[in-house]
Amino acid sequence: MRAYDRDDLMFQLWEVAELASLIEDSDLDRAAVMGILDTADQIAGDHFLPLGRLLDEEEPRFENGRAIIPEPAVAAIRAHAAAGFIASGFEPAHGGMGLPEIVHQAAAYVFSASNISLAGYGLLTVGAGRLIQSFGTEAQKRRYLEPMAEGRFFGTMCLSEPQAGSSLSDITTRAEPVGDGTYRITGRKMWISGGEQEVTDNIVHMVLAKIPGGPPGVKGISLFIVPKRRADGAPNDVTLAGLNHKMGYRGTTNCALNFGEAGTCIGELLGEPHKGLSYMFQMMNEARIGVGMGATALGQAGYQASLAYARERPQGRAVGAKDPTTPQVPIIAHSDVRRLLLAQKAAVEPALALSLYCARLVDLHARGDAGAGQLLDMLTPIAKSWPSEFCLEANKHAIQVLGGAGYTRDYPVERYYRDNRLNHIHEGTHGIQGMDLLGRKVMIDGGAGFRALMAVIRADIAAAQGSDLAARLAAALDRVEAVTAQLAAGVMRDPDRGLANATLYLDAMGHVVMGWMWLRLTRAATRVAARDGDSAFLRGKHQAARYFVAREVSRVDGWCDVLAANDQSAFDMETEWF
Amino acid sequence: MKVLVPVKRVIDYNVKVRVKADGSGVDLANVKMSMNPFDEIAIEEAIRLKEAGKAEEVIAVSIGVKQAQETLRTALAMGADRAILVVASDDVHQDIEPLAVAKILAAVVKEEQPGLVLCGKQAIDNDMNATGQMLSALLGWSQATFASEVGVEGDHAVVTREVDGGLQTIKVKMPTIISVDLRLNEPRYASLPNIMKAKKKPLDEKTAADYGVDVTPRLSVVKTTEPAARAAGIKVGSVDELVSKLKEAGLV
Ligand SMILES: Cc1cc2nc3c(=O)[nH]c(=O)nc-3n(C[C@H](O)[C@H](O)[C@H](O)COP(=O)(O)OP(=O)(O)OC[C@H]3O[C@@H](n4cnc5c(N)ncnc54)[C@H](O)[C@@H]3O)c2cc1C
Ligand SMILES: Cc1cc2nc3c(=O)[nH]c(=O)nc-3n(C[C@H](O)[C@H](O)[C@H](O)COP(=O)(O)OP(=O)(O)OC[C@H]3O[C@@H](n4cnc5c(N)ncnc54)[C@H](O)[C@@H]3O)c2cc1C
Repeated sequence: MRAYDRDDLMFQLWEVAELASLIEDSDLDRAAVMGILDTADQIAGDHFLPLGRLLDEEEPRFENGRAIIPEPAVAAIRAHAAAGFIASGFEPAHGGMGLPEIVHQAAAYVFSASNISLAGYGLLTVGAGRLIQSFGTEAQKRRYLEPMAEGRFFGTMCLSEPQAGSSLSDITTRAEPVGDGTYRITGRKMWISGGEQEVTDNIVHMVLAKIPGGPPGVKGISLFIVPKRRADGAPNDVTLAGLNHKMGYRGTTNCALNFGEAGTCIGELLGEPHKGLSYMFQMMNEARIGVGMGATALGQAGYQASLAYARERPQGRAVGAKDPTTPQVPIIAHSDVRRLLLAQKAAVEPALALSLYCARLVDLHARGDAGAGQLLDMLTPIAKSWPSEFCLEANKHAIQVLGGAGYTRDYPVERYYRDNRLNHIHEGTHGIQGMDLLGRKVMIDGGAGFRALMAVIRADIAAAQGSDLAARLAAALDRVEAVTAQLAAGVMRDPDRGLANATLYLDAMGHVVMGWMWLRLTRAATRVAARDGDSAFLRGKHQAARYFVAREVSRVDGWCDVLAANDQSAFDMETEWF
Repeated sequence: MKVLVPVKRVIDYNVKVRVKADGSGVDLANVKMSMNPFDEIAIEEAIRLKEAGKAEEVIAVSIGVKQAQETLRTALAMGADRAILVVASDDVHQDIEPLAVAKILAAVVKEEQPGLVLCGKQAIDNDMNATGQMLSALLGWSQATFASEVGVEGDHAVVTREVDGGLQTIKVKMPTIISVDLRLNEPRYASLPNIMKAKKKPLDEKTAADYGVDVTPRLSVVKTTEPAARAAGIKVGSVDELVSKLKEAGLV
């Protein structure tokens, strides 16, 4: 069994995201994309999926400053890298493959659904390597990118510190010029995923630090390449202080790292001094879409597991069945169980659609389409947060479908829930995303990005020619648009008060965007039915869309009521009143 | 030496097969298709022979519908050098029978002059287990079936075969036809760079008519049915209970 729905992924790639048009004049063709996803499917099935429970039960161990992970994980991580799934995230110049982001992300989805914590190592390496790819010198690219693409070095992102998580302006890690162009790094980093492991020869830490004498706050933060080992193989004074014991994602080591305990940790500046955070932010869209994709994959994995269970588990009889001697029916025969399944389907499928839509925007933006970049900026907080919130909710439903069994570790659904709970927290917490959406993205350029998004959605609504789904989505869109204008004025007047309900706004906007994704999914389903004939698969799309509009888009109105009434109950709650 | 490897596009082994409502066969519409797993093993073995310097060229051949070119692309991505597609049907539901396949292969062999044909022992869709043997008869070549170990040494091959009683090792004269079994090797994953390269490798397209072979079916399928559903199981409390239940059922 797979942890994801391959038919849905194919439908979404070829029919909804229209991948064929994107790869038209590239080295790729349909067979190559299928081949890539087949290899992903095989490695994920052979090496990733079987390790889910093992890696959850056998957390990485901290021994004499080393992080030990179970042996089968090492083989899995190597098979993934050896096949080229890290290289797939890089440009060809330094060992990469120059694949479109949408194909890279589709493969990441397959791996994440199959084992999110193993997938983490590759995703982090791509994230770190892309910083070097975008801002590094030729020498830095030569030194680090090729080994990263080949999976000989892995990468990490070292932003957070014990006292500075959401507020990066408060980091205290220092970088002092040595005089030869390099910097001496001292400081403590916290929560570093993949911060230590012994799978690869080296680890390339991308470290945020302050150069003494620089401007205060975020404008004084620089970015450094700090390898675990120097070019000659000698240790670079990066010490593992300890491992964090997490709720989920246990296969990925999570580390407290000390840089320069002995004063001999050397880093190379990436790009210019004091631009570190802005570099990070330029890579943020991809990273955040990646988080949304991971949350979606976990939602999908729970959906698949609970669907399979519901078809097999006999329990109870139809409400109207009076004869207790008849056999019990599988629980999928109960309407409430179908609701639980449909709720999951209705959340995970548009979440995938949005992740792929955004990945496609990354590709279009890279080809110089400025409009795609603007839309991407606008959608990123939603692409990160909505799956983190509502695919987690889907995982809750998956547990419910399994009843008592769902609450045990004999089945994977409770693990998916624990894994997914992280996505709310890292890469900017849910609260931070709400403020990013309402406080920045909606306000930038006098609301130009917001208007562009509205226009794109309206164009799709118009193309749907008055379907019920389109009509109800149009009404919700009008409502959100009106509320946005009101909130934006509030933010201008008083940012603190104005942003107090930013997360609720994030949910409302997210629901409208997902309604839009359902519009796109059903439009594709209708087109395919006309071309190839109708099928159960295609009918399921329409039914899930119907569910989403009836039960979810309908909630937007209530949320907008709260936003429009400018409810300030949380803001006005004084600290002492708790 | 050239090695020729026939590969068949079959329903993926992961797919839950459904019988068509009219019982005429299984439903293949919109179903994931893959290379027959035994053929993957044959391709892998051929590539290993090449890597060991015992073969110069690996040619993959597929006979079937046009979409089989995807299967050939997989073979090329694994490491085959070139491919030949023989389009013999435009209906995904039409199975080309072993004799027709063997005749086409025999014609391809005459053209390509390989020193070895490595094929899967059977295709997982119809489980015929016949093509390799028929090809041997048509060509008058030696054959070694169900191989779990293959060694090519000059003008002969030493092949370990999986037979009912265990293993049997035979020596056959080259050129020969070897049909491979499950335990021969573990096929490699097609890596991303090789998948990209595969697009540029030659893939010739032919038709059954090019070889003068009539692929009209000689067999007719009377009926296709689902296997009987498995009866519900029970949980036993102890080994003793298990043994007594097995005795009751007359199984021990
Ligand atoms: C498993 C895991 C893996 C991680 N991996 C990495 C990694 O690889 N590299 C890395 O650098 N970091 C990593 N992190 C750190 C992660 O990015 C931080 O946990 C996150 O940024 C939140 O910071 P914090 O934990 O210090 O929480 P805090 O910043 O203390 O936040 C606590 C709460 O306060 C809220 N809050 C904080 N400030 C504000 C504000 N201004 N307005 C409104 N609400 C606010 C937050 O939303 C949150 O709900 C990881 C964390 C975890 C748990
Ligand atoms: C930690 C834990 C402690 C427990 N402690 C006890 C205990 O001390 N004593 C005890 O006796 N039991 C105990 N239980 C069992 C618990 O009461 C059952 O798990 C619960 O009744 C659900 O039954 P089930 O697990 O068999 O799930 P199922 O009955 O198989 O239900 C699976 C899913 O199908 C749905 N479903 C089933 N039938 C219908 C129907 N007719 N219509 C609509 N939906 C339906 C359910 O709502 C659920 O979503 C415990 C369970 C757990 C997990």
